[in-house]
Amino acid sequence: MIDAKTLADHNLTREEYDLIVGLIGREPNLTELGIFSVMWSEHCGYKSSRVHLKKFPTRGKHLIQGPGENAGIMDIGDGLAVVFKIESHNHPSYIEPYQGAATGVGGILRDIFTMGARPVAVLDSLRFGPLDQPRNRSIMEGVVSGISGYGNSFGVPTVGGEVYFHECYAQNPLVNVCCVGLARKDKLFLARARGVGNAVIYVGARTGRDGIHGATMASAEFGEETEHKRPNVQVGDPFKEKLLLEACLEAMARNLIVGIQDMGAAGLTCSTTEMAAKAGTGMEINLDLVPQREAGMNPYEIMLSESQERMLIVAEPDKVEELKRIFNKWDLEAVVIGKVTDDERLKAYFHGQPVIDIPVKAVVDMCPAYRRPARTPAFQKKVTRLRLPEMPSDLNQVLLQLLASPSISDKEWVFRQYDHMVQVNTMVLPGADAAVLRLKGLKKGLAMTLDGNSLYTYLNPKRGGQIAVAEACRNLACVGATPIGVTNCLNFGNPEKPEIMWQFKQAVEGIAEACRQFGIPVTGGNVSFYNETEGRAIYPTPVLGVIGLVEDVSLVPAAGFRGAGETIILLGENREELGCSEYLRLVFSEEKGQPPGLNFEKEKRVQELCRQAIRAGLVRTAHDLSEGGLAVALAECSFKGQRLTGFEVKLNDRLRTDALLFGESQSRIILTVKKENARKLLGLARKMKVKARVIGRTGGRNMVIWHRKKKVVDLPVDLGYQAWKNSIPGFFEIKKT
Amino acid sequence: MKFGVVVFPGSNCDYDTFHALQNVMGQETVFLWHKEHDLQRVDCVVLPGGFSYGDYLRSGAIARFSPIMREVKKFADSGGLVLGICNGFQILLEAGLLPGAMLRNKNLKFLCQHVHIRIENNRTAFSNAGHRGQVLRIPIAHFDGNYYAPPDLLSGLEKNGQIIFRYCDEKGKLSEAANVNGSVHSIAGLINRQGNVLGMMPHPERAAEKILGSEDGKIIFQSILNYLEKKKGTGKKKATRGVRPAVSPLPPLIGTS
Repeated sequence: MIDAKTLADHNLTREEYDLIVGLIGREPNLTELGIFSVMWSEHCGYKSSRVHLKKFPTRGKHLIQGPGENAGIMDIGDGLAVVFKIESHNHPSYIEPYQGAATGVGGILRDIFTMGARPVAVLDSLRFGPLDQPRNRSIMEGVVSGISGYGNSFGVPTVGGEVYFHECYAQNPLVNVCCVGLARKDKLFLARARGVGNAVIYVGARTGRDGIHGATMASAEFGEETEHKRPNVQVGDPFKEKLLLEACLEAMARNLIVGIQDMGAAGLTCSTTEMAAKAGTGMEINLDLVPQREAGMNPYEIMLSESQERMLIVAEPDKVEELKRIFNKWDLEAVVIGKVTDDERLKAYFHGQPVIDIPVKAVVDMCPAYRRPARTPAFQKKVTRLRLPEMPSDLNQVLLQLLASPSISDKEWVFRQYDHMVQVNTMVLPGADAAVLRLKGLKKGLAMTLDGNSLYTYLNPKRGGQIAVAEACRNLACVGATPIGVTNCLNFGNPEKPEIMWQFKQAVEGIAEACRQFGIPVTGGNVSFYNETEGRAIYPTPVLGVIGLVEDVSLVPAAGFRGAGETIILLGENREELGCSEYLRLVFSEEKGQPPGLNFEKEKRVQELCRQAIRAGLVRTAHDLSEGGLAVALAECSFKGQRLTGFEVKLNDRLRTDALLFGESQSRIILTVKKENARKLLGLARKMKVKARVIGRTGGRNMVIWHRKKKVVDLPVDLGYQAWKNSIPGFFEIKKT
Repeated sequence: MKFGVVVFPGSNCDYDTFHALQNVMGQETVFLWHKEHDLQRVDCVVLPGGFSYGDYLRSGAIARFSPIMREVKKFADSGGLVLGICNGFQILLEAGLLPGAMLRNKNLKFLCQHVHIRIENNRTAFSNAGHRGQVLRIPIAHFDGNYYAPPDLLSGLEKNGQIIFRYCDEKGKLSEAANVNGSVHSIAGLINRQGNVLGMMPHPERAAEKILGSEDGKIIFQSILNYLEKKKGTGKKKATRGVRPAVSPLPPLIGTS
C-alpha cells in the first residue's frame, strides 16, 4: 500500500520506512506514516544535526532547563526565571510573508507560555534580498507587518533584533524570532503526560486543514513549484493567542495542570507523542472529539494539521470542570479528547474504529541520526585570498556610502511598526546594541540581543560562529549586562550536500567553543536546513540570542552621545583587518579574505572592563564596533542621542587609513565619559590589562576624524544622518507623480 | 481615589495602566471585567489600550457591546470621569461617548514612537495639572489613530474647546510632519461637551516613570486626582502612600472565573 511515490511525498527514504516497519512490527497505515514523516522530518527530528549539537555546552550555574524542552530556562534570582528560545520561520515567510512571519511569532510565543512564563519580549533576526528588487521589498513589507500584526495585538513588545540584506537571501529570506518570558520559579511547567487515568484536554482554536505538513515542507529545498505550497502555511489569530495565554497562565496559577504542550509543528501528533514519551506513559484519544473548523476532515488531516493557537493539557480528572470554567471565562473551548494510559502507545479512534496504534517512543526517540559526510567547499581557498585594492581618495564619500547601505542604515522604518513599549518595561529602545527591560519592583533588569554575521561565516564558518557569540556578549556588555544563557538558530542549506554539512559542523564547533569560553550554556534553539531555492543555498547564517542580567538598571548607558564636551575612549586595538568587511563588499564588491581575528582572553577582558566601568557609574555612552568599523560606530553614536552631536577624533595608528576607519577588528568598544572621569577609566583599564585610550571628544556639528595629523573625515552630522536615516524608507516611498 | 481599569478580551495595556495608577500614582485601582455590571464604586473608569476583540471588524466596534459598557455609559451620563487611551479612545468613539471616527494612519502602517503633544485646554478634569501650550512627550502605538470628523462637527469641537491635545513638534509647533497619523486639525485628544469623558491616542501610562524616558504622562493622572479631590472636597491629598502594595514584575490574575 505504501509505494515509492507515497514515501517520496512524505520525504522518507526506503531505509527509514523499513525502520518504521521494524519498530511497529507491521506496515503503517497512511495516518501512521504521516505521523512518522513529520516527527522524523529534519525540522522535528534534527536527524542531520543531532550528532553535532551535542558539542554545545549545556551546563551553567543559572541553568534550570537545558535543551530538549519547548524552551530553555535560567534562574535570575528573586524567585524568578527567564524562559527563552529562538525559532525560524523561513520557508513559510517566503511563500506567504505576512502569515509566515505572523505564525512564526505565534509559535514561539506558545513555546514560552506553555512553560508557565509570560512573554515579555520578542526580538527578530531578519534577512532579505537587496531592496532594489520589488519582490524583496514586498517580502520585507509582508514579514514586518506580519510580525507587527501578531506581536502588537498579542501585547508583547518587539524590542530589538537585526535586519540584513544580501543577494543570497533573495529567494530564501530568513525570519528568526526569539521570545523571552518571565515566570515564577515555582510555577514552571513541562510537557509531561504524567498520571495514568488523567484527562487529555484540547484547548484553543479549532483544527482546520491549514498547515498540513508544514514541518515536512520546512525540511526540503524549494523548486519552481513553491507557489503551490501556499496552503501549507498556517493562518494566525493573535487575539485567540492572547486569550489562550491568559487562560493557560490562570489555570497554571490555580494548580490545575499536570503537563502542557503547545501544538506547533506537527500539531496534535507532536504534542500527544512527545508528552507521553517524556513521561513514560501512553495516550488514548478520540479524534471525533477534536474540535474541528471544517467538516469531513479525516484522521490524517486531524493529526497533521498545524492550525495555530492550540494547546494540549493533561490534568487530573477532578480538575477538569474548573479548567473548563477558566477557559470559558476567556471565551475558549476546552474539550476532553482522551486519557493517559500506561502502555506507552498512542492509540486513536475515529468513528469508533482504531486508526492509530503505535509505540510513542518509536516516534519520538527512534528517529535516525545521520552523520552526514562533510567536505570543504572548493571555493573556500579561493575566497579567503585577498589582495587589498587601492584606497579611495574621498573617505567622506565612503562613510556616506556605508551609512546609507541598508544593512548598516537606520532600522526605524521596521521597528516603529512594532509596539516595542507595551508592558512598560522597555528601557532601551530598538536600534541599540542590546535591549534592556526593567523588572518592576526590582533594581536589576534583563538584557537581550541577537547577532550573526553570515559573510564571516561564509568565508570562515568556525570563526563566524565564534564571532557571533563574542559580539552578542559584547552587545550585552555595552548595557552593563553579564551574559547568562544562549539560544541559537542555525540557518543553513541542504545538509545532504557535504559542503553545507562542513559549514554547519565548523560553525557549530565555533559557537560551542565560544560559549565555553564565555561560560554560558546553550539552552536550546532551532536548526533550519534546506534554505535553498533552485539549488542555490544561503550563506551559512547562525543567529545567536544571548540573555544577560543587568545588576542595576539605573546605570545603563545610552546608545548615543549625550551632548558636547564628553571624552571619547576606545577600548581594544585597531588592526589591519579588512577581510570580509562591509567596506570591501560595498565599495569594491569584494567578498573575500579572512574575518577579523578573535582572541577570547582579550575579548573577555574588554567586556569585563566595560561592565565594571558601567557599574562604577563612569559610562555615559557605550557602543560596540561591528559592521563598518570605527567610523560607522562613531557616526551611529552621533545619530542615536537625543539630538545630533558631532565629534572630533584623532588617531595615530600605523595602518592603512581605510582599515583604521572601516576595518572590523573585534573586541573593541567606544565609551564616552565625563571629562573628569577619563583618568579613572584609563586607570581601571590599566588595572584590568585592557588597551584603552582617549581618542577625542564629542561636540560640534561635524564628524571629524584625523589620522596621523591628516584630516581624513570631515562630514556634517546632519548630512550623514540623512543618508543613514532615509535609506530604507527611500525604497518604500510612494513616488508622487 | 479609586480607579477602575476595564479589561476587554484583547486589552493589553490593562496591567500597564493599573501599574501606573496604583504603583506610580499610589491610588487604589481595580480591574473591571468586561462581562460584569458592577463598577465597584470607582471614581474614574479607564478604558485601556490594546486590541479588544482583536480589533476585528473595526477597532473598538465589538467592545462597545460588552456588558460593562452599559454601566460605563450610565456612569458617564451621570458625570463620572471616563478616560479612554488608544483602543479605549476608539471604543469611546464607537460607543458614541465621543464624536468622530478613526481612520488608518496616513502612512498605512502601525506606528510606535514617542511624539509631542500640546495641551490646548487646561481647564478640564484631565489637563488641569498642565498649562496651556505645554508640550508633553508621550508615546503612541496604533494603526488606526488618524482622527476624522466632518467640518461642521470639527468647528463645533474647536469652538467649545473640546480639543485637549494636538500633535506638535518638540517646540510646540503644528506641522504635517509632526502630525504623524494624519488626524484632522492634528487632534490627539478630545473631550466630550460635558467635560467628563476624554479620549486620547498617546499612552500616558507609558510615560509615567523616568526610567522609561518620560514622566509627562503623569500630568493627565495628576489632573484627574486634582479634579476629584476638589469635587469631593477632601482638600489636601490624604496620604495613601503608606499602604502602597509591593510591586511585582509579573501581573496578577485578572477577572473572576
